[in-house]
Amino acid sequence: MSNNAKTAALSAGNKETTVARKANLRRFWHKNWMGYAFMAPFVILFTIFIVAPVITAIGLSFTDYNMMQTPHFVGFNNYKLLFLDDDVFKTALSNTVKFAVITGPTGYLLSFFAAWVINQLKFKRAFALAFYAPSITSGVAMTNVWLVLFSSDRKGYLNYFLMKIGLIDQPILWNTDPKYIMSIVMFIQLWMSMGTGFLVFLAGLQNMDRSIYEAGAIDGVKSKFQELFYLTLPAMKPQLLFGAINTITSAFAVFDIAAAVAGMPSPNYSAHTIVAHLYDYAFIRFQMGYASAIAVVLFLITFILGRIVMKTLSSRDE
Amino acid sequence: MLKIKWFKGQWIHITFSKVLLYLVMLLLVAFTALPLVFVVVTAFKPLDELFLFPPRFYVTHPTTKNFSDLVVTLGSSTVPFTRYIFNSILVTLVVVVLTVIVCSLAAYALVKFKPVGGNVLFNLILVALMFSPHVTKIPSYLIINKLGLVNTYWALILPGIAVAYNCFLMRQFIQQYPDELIEAARMDGAGEFKIFVKMVMPALAPAWSTLVVFSFVSNWNDYFSPLIYITSQAMKTLPLALKTIGSGIGRAGATNAAAFLTTLPVVIIFTIMQGRVMETMTYSGIKG
Repeated sequence: MSNNAKTAALSAGNKETTVARKANLRRFWHKNWMGYAFMAPFVILFTIFIVAPVITAIGLSFTDYNMMQTPHFVGFNNYKLLFLDDDVFKTALSNTVKFAVITGPTGYLLSFFAAWVINQLKFKRAFALAFYAPSITSGVAMTNVWLVLFSSDRKGYLNYFLMKIGLIDQPILWNTDPKYIMSIVMFIQLWMSMGTGFLVFLAGLQNMDRSIYEAGAIDGVKSKFQELFYLTLPAMKPQLLFGAINTITSAFAVFDIAAAVAGMPSPNYSAHTIVAHLYDYAFIRFQMGYASAIAVVLFLITFILGRIVMKTLSSRDE
Repeated sequence: MLKIKWFKGQWIHITFSKVLLYLVMLLLVAFTALPLVFVVVTAFKPLDELFLFPPRFYVTHPTTKNFSDLVVTLGSSTVPFTRYIFNSILVTLVVVVLTVIVCSLAAYALVKFKPVGGNVLFNLILVALMFSPHVTKIPSYLIINKLGLVNTYWALILPGIAVAYNCFLMRQFIQQYPDELIEAARMDGAGEFKIFVKMVMPALAPAWSTLVVFSFVSNWNDYFSPLIYITSQAMKTLPLALKTIGSGIGRAGATNAAAFLTTLPVVIIFTIMQGRVMETMTYSGIKG
């Protein structure tokens, strides 16, 4: 931005002759072309596959585009349909929100707490690997394990175990009974929740400036927990913010695990999520207008929550 | 309290609470690690042990038959399993290489050249961190469709290159690289591109190693992109193919072997790069 200001100042100082303007342009170009050349590949792809799609999605959500006929403007009709008449979407929304509200904060706190404890132990690297590994496995590949573990017959590990210790006498239909499906999906998500956020926390803790603890000790900070609340957490705001944003976007994007464990569509839509609904309308029915409205709702939810945590955890002024 | 002589002549103090802490942590490790161990174990279980009742966690007669089944039985179907592995490796490697180059270039320009408009791009990147990639999938699909790239490798590669997160991470790291070094190289008459390739990138090895790991993991596991862009069996990548192998009794062994083969590379890559990744992650905080 300083370049911009300089150029502006220069042009204000000079008489607005074409010669001066040309010289300014040349100077501007000379100063910036290298930066633009380096950025070009990223900017082009980022525009085509991120920026333009977001804008297009918003535009499409006000149309009835279905990939065959020319789209018509339909105003807020898609949104009205979505919130007033589409009961499956209501199920998807409530499933997703329930899922996000439970696994999001739990996974986040778990990640931080695990990182905090591991940072004080020996064999840090081994512990970190063991905690982080689940999050990098393919959700689809792991379904194999979960389906054996939570199999609905008496051969399933969990059913067998529970029957053996006498807690139940009939096998529970873990992955087919709508009552249990979402809990299973949440369990799997929590198993995978020590992801990028966990690593960021751990790295932040490892590189914490030791001198603030010494200063704290003089100021009367005594226990490990006081240290955590008064010294560590405030110093780690940037990492906490990054982890929070990561958690929000992934918690609301739940899809592959749910689809892999419960099938698509799941019994009674019990594991139906916003992304599943989006996939259904966009890539099975090709109702792109309606599906775009779903995408916009997803965008707004994560974006607004993102802004809120950004306001809360911002450390720009410090 | 117990005192034990540790190696290098250090003393460690063992207290009750410490023992308890380690026990709790080991229990949690069991929780995270056992399902992974299970993937390994079942991949080597012979068929009779897979369907044993009562179920048994460990394997008594390990066999590699599941893996040969995977190649042989599925080899007789139209698409051999090795094709999925090839697809996954090809797509993942190309995306990883391109995203590292493209995102590093952009991040370097943002930090060191500060071109007019750079702030706008950075703010857009921050916004893009705040929504899941699913939001952009419909228009991206329309674009890929218009370009005639549906069911090609390009459909899986192109949208995966300019990732906001990757550029963000590189930016945070490049900020630590001293301007003086760049200035000195310029004085010596080195070209900008040469400075970037010969000096900056080697110095930033930990940062882009981290990018390599993260983009390898996310592309290797990506299920949604092939699900929408790929329409033929022969072009599927591993996660999508896994779903179509089927889980019939005859194929249970092969499916387990496939799950093992899908999970193994990401864990290996991370284990090798762990040190460098941890070094880099410190810089990924957001000031807000």
